[in-house]
Amino acid sequence: MSKMIDLTIDGRPVSVPEGSTILDAAKKLDINIPTLCHLDLEGTPMVNKGASCRICVVEVEGRRNLAPSCATPATQGMVVRSNTIRVLHARKTVLELLLSDHPKDCLLCAKSGNCELQDLAEKFGLRENRFEHGAQSTYVKDMSPAIERDMNKCIMCRRCETMCNEVQTVGALSGINRGFTSVVAPAFEMPLEESVCTFCGQCVAVCPTGALVERDYTWKVIEALADPDKVVLVQTAPAVRAALGEEFGYEPGTLVTGKMAAALRMLGFDHVFDTDFAADLTIMEEASEFLDRLTRHLEGDTSVRLPILTSCCPAWVKFFEHQYPDLLDVPSTAKSPQQMFGAIAKSFYAEKLGIPREKMVVVSIMPCLAKKYECARDEFSVDGNPDVDISITTRELGHLIKKANIDFRNLPDEDFDDPLGASTGAAVIFGTTGGVIEAAVRSAAEWATGQELSKVDFEALRGLEGCREAKIPVGDLVLHIGIAHGLGNARRLLDAVRNNEVEPFHAIEIMACPGGCVGGGGQPYHHGNMDIVAKRAKALYREDANKPIRKSHENPSIKALYEEYLGKPLGEKAHHLLHTHYFKRHKI
Amino acid sequence: MDNCKCCENKGYDELGAFIDALPSKKGELITVLHRAQSIFGYLPREVQEFIAERLDLPLAKVYGVVKFYSFFSMTPKGKHPISVCMGTACYVRGAEEVLTELVRQLGIPVGGVTEDGKFSLDTLRCVGACGLAPVVIVGEKVYGRVEPKKVAGILADYSDEGEVRS
Ligand code: SF4
Ligand code: SF4
Ligand code: SF4
Ligand code: FES
Ligand code: FES
Repeated sequence: MSKMIDLTIDGRPVSVPEGSTILDAAKKLDINIPTLCHLDLEGTPMVNKGASCRICVVEVEGRRNLAPSCATPATQGMVVRSNTIRVLHARKTVLELLLSDHPKDCLLCAKSGNCELQDLAEKFGLRENRFEHGAQSTYVKDMSPAIERDMNKCIMCRRCETMCNEVQTVGALSGINRGFTSVVAPAFEMPLEESVCTFCGQCVAVCPTGALVERDYTWKVIEALADPDKVVLVQTAPAVRAALGEEFGYEPGTLVTGKMAAALRMLGFDHVFDTDFAADLTIMEEASEFLDRLTRHLEGDTSVRLPILTSCCPAWVKFFEHQYPDLLDVPSTAKSPQQMFGAIAKSFYAEKLGIPREKMVVVSIMPCLAKKYECARDEFSVDGNPDVDISITTRELGHLIKKANIDFRNLPDEDFDDPLGASTGAAVIFGTTGGVIEAAVRSAAEWATGQELSKVDFEALRGLEGCREAKIPVGDLVLHIGIAHGLGNARRLLDAVRNNEVEPFHAIEIMACPGGCVGGGGQPYHHGNMDIVAKRAKALYREDANKPIRKSHENPSIKALYEEYLGKPLGEKAHHLLHTHYFKRHKI
Repeated sequence: MDNCKCCENKGYDELGAFIDALPSKKGELITVLHRAQSIFGYLPREVQEFIAERLDLPLAKVYGVVKFYSFFSMTPKGKHPISVCMGTACYVRGAEEVLTELVRQLGIPVGGVTEDGKFSLDTLRCVGACGLAPVVIVGEKVYGRVEPKKVAGILADYSDEGEVRS
């Protein structure tokens, strides 16, 4: 037990463990001291403690200067005041200075309604600004396929830098310059697209302002829907159904699968399909590839490489292309569910409808920013026509539904269309860390032993620990499985594997975002509350448990697809449509 | 500029050896950047890439540090680097006016290099010659009690030397 410290804040006594800050103590009393730069994503290495903004200052008896509560340790007998006139003056000045160098186009900003600066200004009730006519910085916007950077809106809290460097260990961003012209930028201020950025979108998820936002493609979707010559398909990723409700005031962790399908139909999509279908397909291919490699390995073939690494997260794919160019033959060659869906839609399904692929538009709804980048990769198009045309986020879908005046909360529950809408419980857990590998184990185990599993829940693979491992008995073999979420954890695990510091793994699942896709960069903003992410993950396991079929290889539409069209998993046609290859990229 | 490739390669060898000789690569970025700047005269992109790779640091981080400290420069120095002292003593005795005059006559901003590569212009903190304030340094030579009207004369000291003539 650590020592307890007693102090008072605004006359109210409180005791906190040694090492706590004044801010921690205030939280315990439900005293809401405003913060801006500070962010602590519990359970991840994301603790931004630059203490640079000074909005959180308080008065401490016996000290001359005001103290930033987020960085000042509580001490025995401390007497703190969080709302004296001096404190309010200081906060007002900080706010006025921040706003004097901030554009006033909130009405057109993608973070409007979710911006922590806007929120502060609103709470504080600032009505004029003494520093209004200060110079404004004039940076040009950086538009990548996934992320927009508008550094005129940057308040230099440096959360993004901490996220990118400490949590993700990508190191794409760094604070540059000083004073008025300081911003966070990639090396040589090159466009993000040319840097080592993976487009995981986690910097967007923690940026308190509109300086970092997703590239918005909602209008492209509206145009496609309005075009009478196009057949527009939509696919929705597993993690979206567990988070979309938050955009409409539902409690985090509420499943809105049925309402989402209904809303998409009302928006005018011709076919409302599910990425979950393609997740089942991914398992067919990935689990087959895993078994194939494993069998050959056990037979003594030294040319096969284990562990197999999952490949369904495009930010992770880009990460290993940059950081582990010597390991390009280790990840599974299976495409991500988004891309498998696009490839099947524009071949099998277009043929079924009797239309050319150019007439079809595939829209994907993703919890993710990296998917915007992924669908634009050259290898995922045929003669310049991409397999997936437009990828939008959970947040953008929320906006689309609101734009179209759809009363989401009062929609009836509807189903996805057949055949690319049918899915199993194994597919739905793709959206959380540990889910992809659990789905793969369910199928691989049955194939390997030829026996039905008595229990499909593999609790050992679940949880939110950043790096975990589990031993799963399958027949007379014990599979050693690794799981990492967050790219920094992935790096730690891979380095350990590469340096032979750990018992060899058979398979490793990696997702770039903390928590997996439920914590994706395109999800409704969690504002630092990781409980929200955990609740979404629980919801997915609930949906899985309620599904009549819970193993990918038992999905009847998937079976029919192989019989009718693809042949066998890893067969020639499957190989051509469902597998990909990786590229070496620069490391720094 | 007159940097031939072989000198550059030599520079990289020297810098590489310096890095290899460090007891640990952690926390040495600033030391390495200083060394690199003294070898190459400035820190172009290629040198920063070399350092990032050798120290196993993100390029963005290296660039961030270069841009943060004003004594690191990404533009090559002129053949005769000119530094104007902006320390307190020099400042109160008119360094600002001298600097403005230099900017005007050279036609380059602070941190810039003339098109022919002959002069570059920078500012410095107190160089410890306050008795001579305001102070301007060209290469190794120190000029004291400089006034704007003396600027032309100083530059003229470097006009008739053997620049490459064809
Ligand atoms: S998207 Fe991810 S990798 Fe790219 S800058 Fe942001 S945090 Fe770093
Ligand atoms: S871009 Fe956003 S997160 Fe990064 S420093 Fe600026 S305001 Fe903070
Ligand atoms: S974990 Fe999911 S949301 Fe995050 S980058 Fe990967 S695929 Fe996208
Ligand atoms: S929140 Fe404490 S200094 Fe920014
Ligand atoms: S202030 Fe210029 S030499 Fe001291």
